[in-house]
Amino acid sequence: MDLENQRRVKEFAEQYGPENVVVLLGAAEGEASGLAAETVTAGDPTYAGPLTGVSLGLTVFHVCEPEVKAEFDEAVYDEQVGMMEMVLDIDDICNEMQSIRSEYCKYLG
Amino acid sequence: MKAVIKGAGYSLVHTPDMVIHNGTTQTTERIVNPESEYLKELPKHIRTFEQAVAYYPNQAYIGNISPDELAAIPMPWNEQECPLTNRYGKFGQIMPQEEFLLLMQACDVFDLVELDAEFVAAHKDALAANEIIDESIMARVKDGVPADKVKELVENEHAEGLYHNGKLVGAVKRAHDIDTNLSAHVMHENIVSKASNVVGILGAIKNAGIAKEDVEYVIDCSEEACGDMNQRGGGNFAKSVAEIAGLVNASGADIRGFCAAPAHTMIEAASLVAAGAYKTVVVTAGGCTAKLGMNGKDHVKKDLPILEDMLGAFAVVLSEDDGVNPYVNLDILGRHTVGTSSGPQDVTTALVFKPLEKNGMKVTDIDKYAGELHNSDILKPAGGGDPALQFFKVVAATAVKRGELEKADIATFPAKYGMVGWAPTQGHIPSGVPCIGFAREDILAGKIKNTMVIGKGSLFLGRMTNLFDGVSFVIQANDGQGDNKGVSEEEVKGLIAKALKEFAAGLLAE
Amino acid sequence: MSILNGKKVVIIGDRDGVPGPAIEECVKTAGAEVVFSSTECFV
Repeated sequence: MDLENQRRVKEFAEQYGPENVVVLLGAAEGEASGLAAETVTAGDPTYAGPLTGVSLGLTVFHVCEPEVKAEFDEAVYDEQVGMMEMVLDIDDICNEMQSIRSEYCKYLG
Repeated sequence: MKAVIKGAGYSLVHTPDMVIHNGTTQTTERIVNPESEYLKELPKHIRTFEQAVAYYPNQAYIGNISPDELAAIPMPWNEQECPLTNRYGKFGQIMPQEEFLLLMQACDVFDLVELDAEFVAAHKDALAANEIIDESIMARVKDGVPADKVKELVENEHAEGLYHNGKLVGAVKRAHDIDTNLSAHVMHENIVSKASNVVGILGAIKNAGIAKEDVEYVIDCSEEACGDMNQRGGGNFAKSVAEIAGLVNASGADIRGFCAAPAHTMIEAASLVAAGAYKTVVVTAGGCTAKLGMNGKDHVKKDLPILEDMLGAFAVVLSEDDGVNPYVNLDILGRHTVGTSSGPQDVTTALVFKPLEKNGMKVTDIDKYAGELHNSDILKPAGGGDPALQFFKVVAATAVKRGELEKADIATFPAKYGMVGWAPTQGHIPSGVPCIGFAREDILAGKIKNTMVIGKGSLFLGRMTNLFDGVSFVIQANDGQGDNKGVSEEEVKGLIAKALKEFAAGLLAE
Repeated sequence: MSILNGKKVVIIGDRDGVPGPAIEECVKTAGAEVVFSSTECFV
């Protein structure tokens, strides 16, 4: 994840409390989703950014995952994201996200 | 007036030492993790020039293998034995680092580049033997300075080192003591962009078969900025490149727009020619050192060679209608406007479907689309997927939403209407324009009738706006009928009658 | 239990996937506050 974005994520977690922050991703495929999710939960796997060795354990979802999708206005989601469901490998993305969440998320109900 | 594509040039420069010393992934790592395993491992993954030449996507870039042929080669391409080993191709060349460092010095007009005299002596003949380098450029190559002087510049004078095979062989000096826009780092980046641009533009002019004197205007569409502290990005790369290339009758200017800049510039250049403002305009761009080795960490982790060791350059020559060459149809232009959202469906509608709709065309009326032509052999191992394929799927999925295609067509659309990507990850370089050389040939050969070129840009990277950007245009076959509007039979009769009257009047006067 | 309602949302979009502003439009409809929206570009 971009180093500046890592810095901002870290700041928001400190400012609002990690239990109040949710990260939403729009990555184009499973592996990239997993890497970004890992960065905001376990820490930066590339050892380059401010989140290196920082395990925030934030709640993180990909925007196409059914759990968050259900909370959006259907028409807005369809207009902004809907078409991409035909393009992205949603199953692969969901599997990656699920496995990272179950291992590293600290604030899931 | 139609603006035709007279020719195009595509060249690469192999710069393995710049990967290590100038790519931002590496320079960042040296700041945050100077002792990292990655920096220690990196040099073991550098390709030789021969390896970089015998790599299918690079051979496609210079025109020795077509996109269709490349698509038939199994991936990963970096594991394939490539029998193509010619550094020259019909579109351009792959220049080795040693020739390029000498060319950088030749392109510097402020005595900022100093090369080791022994290095110059060892490689001067090689540069002189290069197909596109003429005496005017060779006359600019200086004899060089002692090695100690180079070392002194780097160690004590804030100069940026120039390396070859790990050895310090030159330096780019800072152009000002305190102005950061003229620092050695910035001057290095800009002189690299300029010199690689010269390689691309000279190739394009040769391919187009025009005289250097014919070029009236040059537009640079790279991603660098030159200027001092009072006008960062003041320009003008285009004119500086035209000077070295010997385009004595040309003026020029720069256009910027991130990765979308080449597509923007093609439209602007075609418009200048179509309006009759200039007869011949060249759209051109050099390469970018910052992006070298951008995904290097993943390549090293997966024990792959560093595949981002190439600077990219391209140039397209647009001229007034010759009745033969394909032309840019300025009636079919796509635009992402300020009012368009950044939702992928809206973006694709604005860039692809609106211009087609306006002209009564459907998605299948275009024979080939060219979007992000990134080499996925570089991006897949880094988790970046295949942006070329992804874009064609997005076009197909949007067409499904519009009822122009069936959902099942999404799987077959990319191969039929798209193409695999082969361009190095050099930002503006892969953005649609690498197809123009092949599209021109395929249209001339009657294999296809048209191609839509789409450029997209990530404006948010500049932190000025969160807006997305992109434009598109269509290149199509020339019917040889001159102006699009055509001339009616009445008008022809009128013109003949007028000419005969004048002729008769002339005879009577005698 | 709601995931987004009442939460501070940080968006990391992707130019070749779903960009930040598109996610932002969706989040606004779910009763959450977007505190940061960014789009990454891998190329």
